[in-house]
Amino acid sequence: MLGLFTKPLYLSTIASVCLLFAGCNGSPWNSPYPVADAQRPVLYSSFSERPNHLDPARSYSSNEYAFIAQIYEPPLQYHFLKRPYTLVPLTAEAMPEVSYIDKRGQQLPANAPVEKIAFSEYLVRIQPGIKYQPHPMFARLEDGTLRYHNLTGKQLDRVHTLTDLSETGSRELTAADYIYQIKRLAFPRFHCPIAGVMGEYIVGFKAYSDQLKQVEQQLQNELGEERPYVDLRDYEMEGLELVDNYSYKIRLEGKYPQFLYWMAMPFFAPMPWEADHFYAQPGLRVRNIKLDWFPVGTGPFMLSENNPNLRMVLERNPNFHGERYPYEGESEDYAAGLLDDADKVMPFIEKAIYSLEKETIPYWNKFLQGYYDTSGISSDSFDQAVLFDAQGEVGLADAMKEKGIHLTTAVQTSIGYFGFNMRDPVVGGDSESARLLRRAISIAVDYEEFISIFANGRGVVAQGPIPLGIFGAKSGKEGINRYIYEEVNGKIKRRSLNEAKQLMVQAGYPEGRDLNTGKSLVLYYDAVATGPDDKARMNWWRKQFTKLGIQLVVRNTDYNRFQEKMRKGTAQLFSWGWNADYPDPENFLFLLYGPNAKADGEGENAANYTNPEFDELFMRMKNMDNSPERLRIINRMVEILRSDAPWLWGYYPKAFSLHHHWYHNVKPNLMANNTLKYKRIEPEARTMQQSQWNRPVLWPVITLVVLFLLSLIPAWILFRRRERSRLQ
Amino acid sequence: MMAYIIRRIFYAIPILIGVNIITFMLFFVVNSPEDMARMNLGMKRITPEAIQQWKEERGYDKPTLYNETKEGIERVTDTIFFQKSLKLFQFDFGSSDSGRDIGYDISQRMWPSLAIALPVLIVGLALNITFALLIAFFRATYIDFWGVVTCVIMMSISSLFYIIGGQYLVGKLLHLVPISGYDTGLASLKFLILPVIIGIIGGIGAGTRWYRTLFLEEINRDYVRTARAKGLSEQWVLFGHVFKNALIPILTGVVAVLPLLFMGSLITESFFGIPGLGSYTIDAISNQDFAIVRSMVFLGSVLYIIGLIMTDISYTIVDPRVRLQ
Repeated sequence: MLGLFTKPLYLSTIASVCLLFAGCNGSPWNSPYPVADAQRPVLYSSFSERPNHLDPARSYSSNEYAFIAQIYEPPLQYHFLKRPYTLVPLTAEAMPEVSYIDKRGQQLPANAPVEKIAFSEYLVRIQPGIKYQPHPMFARLEDGTLRYHNLTGKQLDRVHTLTDLSETGSRELTAADYIYQIKRLAFPRFHCPIAGVMGEYIVGFKAYSDQLKQVEQQLQNELGEERPYVDLRDYEMEGLELVDNYSYKIRLEGKYPQFLYWMAMPFFAPMPWEADHFYAQPGLRVRNIKLDWFPVGTGPFMLSENNPNLRMVLERNPNFHGERYPYEGESEDYAAGLLDDADKVMPFIEKAIYSLEKETIPYWNKFLQGYYDTSGISSDSFDQAVLFDAQGEVGLADAMKEKGIHLTTAVQTSIGYFGFNMRDPVVGGDSESARLLRRAISIAVDYEEFISIFANGRGVVAQGPIPLGIFGAKSGKEGINRYIYEEVNGKIKRRSLNEAKQLMVQAGYPEGRDLNTGKSLVLYYDAVATGPDDKARMNWWRKQFTKLGIQLVVRNTDYNRFQEKMRKGTAQLFSWGWNADYPDPENFLFLLYGPNAKADGEGENAANYTNPEFDELFMRMKNMDNSPERLRIINRMVEILRSDAPWLWGYYPKAFSLHHHWYHNVKPNLMANNTLKYKRIEPEARTMQQSQWNRPVLWPVITLVVLFLLSLIPAWILFRRRERSRLQ
Repeated sequence: MMAYIIRRIFYAIPILIGVNIITFMLFFVVNSPEDMARMNLGMKRITPEAIQQWKEERGYDKPTLYNETKEGIERVTDTIFFQKSLKLFQFDFGSSDSGRDIGYDISQRMWPSLAIALPVLIVGLALNITFALLIAFFRATYIDFWGVVTCVIMMSISSLFYIIGGQYLVGKLLHLVPISGYDTGLASLKFLILPVIIGIIGGIGAGTRWYRTLFLEEINRDYVRTARAKGLSEQWVLFGHVFKNALIPILTGVVAVLPLLFMGSLITESFFGIPGLGSYTIDAISNQDFAIVRSMVFLGSVLYIIGLIMTDISYTIVDPRVRLQ
């Protein structure tokens, strides 16, 4: 019997001994990483959601770009340190040479008026000598044929992942690879999200897309295969021209200066034709070995482990062409040590390990233990990490400072807004009454309070649709929206509630009552508010509208139904947001361009706003280079929007990020995604801190075991007594 | 018995069809194929053509249950339901809506689930039975009283509390094991210790109390009185007679859940970052990946039916009086 009682004790002792031995190698017991990596420049980070696509033709979300932007290299990139955001060559030798052509095919000067420009031509010259990462798709047999491009069933039996194909090879990057990728963007099979936009600009893009659709269908019928291999090299797109091995031209309809920004995105990264040919083998497809999952590029890193259920590992590409750290930046970058590595060859880290971390609590605790080098701040841990002083200045909590943790903040190039459906008979339309009602609501809704309560102060109240830092945005007094704010004694203040109420009277809703019907004004807010925290937010919204006597009814729904309402244009009030594709005002103002109305054709104008003057100015502005004239037009457009108030302008979110003192070269760059190569780690400092912060504490375990043993004594006595009494 | 098992397998077919219909209906009430396409293609710059093409490629462009445009049997067979369900019965799970092979993913992810569930079941069972016998032995004493009180307290606490509390105490304060994460091979051991211990502790309250009830029920039977009257020691009475006779309800519970161990634990896997089938299912639900949801529900139903058949068979083993006909 006693043996039974003490069995758990044996187990716990054995477990304790095991743990003890585990700690003898000097690494902390709770370290989730192998000891061998402790002294190596390895970056530790995490991902919470499995990336869906790693094919640069399909990928379009930040959690996917976190990986592919380190692997694929488009011709251009954003300068890491310069602000405002500046494009610089990446694989290109220099910035593309842009020439303009009229309808008759004549060259036009650079300052030619937009209306005369029929085509723009971009000549891109890439650097010679750039090589792809080692990959089995490039491996060749002695006779020069590609080794793994015709795998037999027998060979495939032994293949479960890409590394099972042991031989690798590489080849030089050529201009043809860039052209090949642009053709892929047009191939309907790849569902490229920007195919619609590119179809409007790249000459022959749409026709090429239609042609490939037909070709695919024909091959499907002929071969009876669901996804037959289509060699895109056999079909030419009118607007693409291969000049030589290292140069190519792209011809666009009209003038489109923003095209340069697209050329800094992975969509325009090179793709070797071998990739599509290799991954088209059906045997690889059924094993989940496909381009969408195993990328191949020329960038500083390559995906050496791809296990989205566990971790993704980026390892230094041994064939990388050796880019150098920038030697120019802003004046404060020198003081911040951001130019200490100037002109050194990148990348500085050997490996980046991204572990799957779905929940914020373990993620945050592991960051505090030093097992992640950098971290965002969730609302759960915000108060623990950040303090606001009396002036509202943000700072780190003492516990964070003691650990040597640093905080960086940056206003994002995004906007979160509250929209009015402009097709709604009450809040929408061009009538003066509706306009005044919208302006009254704009004053009454206290976005400063919203940011303080629901975003932990992480945001800047928006004065218009263009976020700070983008051409056309103005900060300070010059940039305020005079319909909502006023200057009192040199300070900017939200206009008073009385003014808002006055506007309500003028709009025909005194005290929130409709003069025509005599009934209270009831408005409907369509929201996706299913989480536990959403109740407080919805109550806050109701409170804001109650200030004007308006009854706000929240129509809560799931995201799918909400989307459907937006598509049909049946929502009355809604919240929405936009994250910039590129730092140009066009990328925000197009959200209110009439023909982009969501209810008409799935455009991004969720408010279904339309204003002929605004639309006309948008068409003029969108293809202009940044200039005083463009700024004048933008100012007028913003003024129209402020007057019409189709949105409550909401706020520009502010990104807060923490990092440990051993993590260097941290400067928020909200446009660039390929910033891993700039990062530097001091592994010795990290190892030392991890050991200090994570010494195992054993006494509570020992106490627990002793207490358990002691608790058995009375039971044992009772047992003996009972046995004796039975014998008697 | 063979005839009985075959009969039960045939009974399972309409059950599985029913489960499949209910899953199908529930899923498509909440999500339309268009919603699924949008979720998969992303939220920015999606065109109706891209959505249509996505649906066509995956066969979601067909009517859900009845195709009026077709003739004869095709009215039923040329539908999403039929096309997607038929292959399930051949255990061909196909590809997920994001294009990954579901069968391969399941084969990869069932091992981490098992690595947690199996030790939790075995060690937990041993501990629960031990504690239950101990409490039953000391029935009507302070050990019994406080044992039951402790069990009630333990079973009243949410499993989430055990997980977060365990991570905080053992991983964060005592620094004994990693807070979360996973690795392959032997390196996975240090990641499994904490979720396994938490799983065991979390199950002690309910398990011990349930087994105590079973043992106490047996203890008051005539054969136990007879055994005691013969002068057998209390250990022998408990282990030789009571334990053996209480095995049937214990087996009912244990054998039925055995096949379901593959399915993993939704919350534990999510909090510990363990790539098992539990988190696979949760991810699929949040990503509106119908192909995975349907496959996992089907697999769960099949395993449950297998569990029930195994329970019936186990009755005949532990109780010779039971015969399956």
